[in-house]
Amino acid sequence: MTASGGVHEEAGGRGPTVMDAAPRSLADLVPGARAAVARVATDAAPAVVRRLHDLGFTPGAVVEAVRRAPLRDPVLYRVKDYEVCLRRAQAACVHIVEVER
Amino acid sequence: MSAGCHDTGGTDATLIAAPRIALVGAPNSGKTSVFNGLTGLRAKTGNYPGVTVSRFVGTSRTGSHRHVIEDLPGTYSLEPVSPDERITVDVLDGRQEGADRPDALLVVVDATTLRRSLGFVAQVLARGLPACVVVTFTDELARRQGRLDIDAFAQALGVPALPVVGHRGLGIGQLREQLTTWRTWPAPAVAPPTDPDEREAWAESILAFAGYRPPERHRVTQRVDAVLLHPVWGTAVFFAVMAVFFQTVFTVAAPLQDWVEALFAWLSGLVDAHVGNPWVSGLLADALIAGVGGVLVFVPQIVLLFLLLALLEGVGYLARAAFLMDRVMARFGLEGRAFVALLSSFACAIPGIMATRTLPSARDRLATMMAAPLMTCSARLPVYVLLIGLLVDPSAKLGPFGAQGLVMFGLYLLGAVSAMLAAWVFKKLGDRHGQAVPFFMEMPPYRLPAPRAVLVAMGSSARTFLRKCSTVIVATSVVLWLLLNLPLHSDAQLRAAGVDTTDSVAVSAYTVDHSYAADLGRLVAPVFDPLGFDWRINVGVLSAQAARETFVATLGQVAAAEDPEKPEQALRTMTYPDGPRAGEPVFTAPTIAALLVYFVYALQCMATVAVLRRETGTWRWPMTAFTYLTVLAWLMAYLARTATVLLGG
Repeated sequence: MTASGGVHEEAGGRGPTVMDAAPRSLADLVPGARAAVARVATDAAPAVVRRLHDLGFTPGAVVEAVRRAPLRDPVLYRVKDYEVCLRRAQAACVHIVEVER
Repeated sequence: MSAGCHDTGGTDATLIAAPRIALVGAPNSGKTSVFNGLTGLRAKTGNYPGVTVSRFVGTSRTGSHRHVIEDLPGTYSLEPVSPDERITVDVLDGRQEGADRPDALLVVVDATTLRRSLGFVAQVLARGLPACVVVTFTDELARRQGRLDIDAFAQALGVPALPVVGHRGLGIGQLREQLTTWRTWPAPAVAPPTDPDEREAWAESILAFAGYRPPERHRVTQRVDAVLLHPVWGTAVFFAVMAVFFQTVFTVAAPLQDWVEALFAWLSGLVDAHVGNPWVSGLLADALIAGVGGVLVFVPQIVLLFLLLALLEGVGYLARAAFLMDRVMARFGLEGRAFVALLSSFACAIPGIMATRTLPSARDRLATMMAAPLMTCSARLPVYVLLIGLLVDPSAKLGPFGAQGLVMFGLYLLGAVSAMLAAWVFKKLGDRHGQAVPFFMEMPPYRLPAPRAVLVAMGSSARTFLRKCSTVIVATSVVLWLLLNLPLHSDAQLRAAGVDTTDSVAVSAYTVDHSYAADLGRLVAPVFDPLGFDWRINVGVLSAQAARETFVATLGQVAAAEDPEKPEQALRTMTYPDGPRAGEPVFTAPTIAALLVYFVYALQCMATVAVLRRETGTWRWPMTAFTYLTVLAWLMAYLARTATVLLGG
């Protein structure tokens, strides 16, 4: 936990303006909004944590919610110059700090 | 391209010593295009995540050098979450059965997703094998105002790096030259970090050194997706695409199929006219030519279907369809990509089952594989056409729709709904154990597929189907013809049985009635009696066990034997020869309904069973599928018969 705490500070201090200190996840991000990844929830399944990391949801990475599927799930995200879709259940594992556009 | 092509022979020593080079990279990284470029081997390329599903091995030749190239399944990480990714890791670690540890690696990365891909490169380089990084889509990077200095990139990584535009073949020659020096490829001076956070910093420093500027957003993709993934328009386009898809497959293929049919009818006629011996002409015309023709008649439809799938896949629409359908599939415990597998099963369950390899979750794969045989494959179509023709008057209408078409649509619907429910049940059963795999799917930008890639993808799928048919179906139809025409009866025996030996129709009717096939059909009569099937239908159903479409050929052979002039008429007027229903017509509405429903459910395809065995690695799943589908088929057929009787059919 100490490691992820440090990461959180780093992500906040790297430039993006922190607008809301309350913990929020990618699942709360409305289409068009951007946020920086704070950390991936440590209580999620190990496979989920690892894979989200491999897909580019690393601490500090800026993520944009691009659009939702017609039935609201899954959601298409843009991260590290490419687009990938996640279901809400997995998106909820990615804690974020919102950044100004 | 490489120079010295004159010395491609190679001695035995070089053949044995051919170094093994493996291609690793993420799905959609252009890995398969690089593989095709290097080996010239026919392999599938496309945009849909995870299209590289089979094991592909080929050879690359440069002068006297020869390299064995293996295209490993695409993976985002060396910490696998799917069976495909597991294979890649096992091969790299030399733990995969039947695949030696490669001598060197080509790490394929998409220049437009470098910021994500470098973490993977770090993981691969840490394995310590000689490696060369192949950077693909450099043309797209430049078009989208991105930048990368390849030489600086190689210098920063500490391993060779080369740009390649796979689908246009640019850079393949240099890559071939590079392969010849694999023994002297430098290793990174400092191994990439293994800690994820340090790896992140490592990647940033390398990209900074290589002057990397990420690509701008792909404008076309943004604009097209604004429509194709729109809640209203996207859904409308989705249904339109599906409608056009099936319309094309069924209407465009129809005239082509008529030509094939006409051609084979003409060939049969030729044999009949020129071969004197009735036995030889029967075997040639009714068994071989009709058998081959019965298969080839599907070729236009199958090829068209595979062409459309390859096109949709190559453009990137299948990933969008999976995105749109994911929520619906989730209701049945599956995910969007399972929709694509089930869609392919409309052509044939075999490509459908093979397409489940794109599913990262093993449980989703199994559930989809168990459901795929229920989707109405094109082999069922001729059976449906024949039976519906016997059941429904072609001029009958229900509102603006032809009744025949409605029945056909109902059967497709019944199959699809049953497939979804079956998937749901198997997913529920599977959910009791094991760990869930997260859902994720890359959405590649729209790309114009190279015509060659589409044709290659279509060709390989069509070949798989044809290989199944040419062997299984032709063999079945020959065996069947023999069973229907043996034992032989002497004229004395025929006269003793009261058959007029000068009447060839009467003779062949007697032969069929007393054939080995008839014995077999009567043997299983107790099982199928409640469904109203007589021994001739039983023979048809038994022969269809190998491949559904043989049912039509079987009934054709039986009917032709009873009335060679008008086999259609013979079917309509066919009566029970013996038993309690003797003299009553066979093809009554309740019997036809039962037969149709039986074909909706039964797993009558040995090729599907074989593919299930190959894909799951055990006999457990094909046996499970076979048992549950056959039992279900009988029960539902019984239900259909009873319901039709009650409705007064």
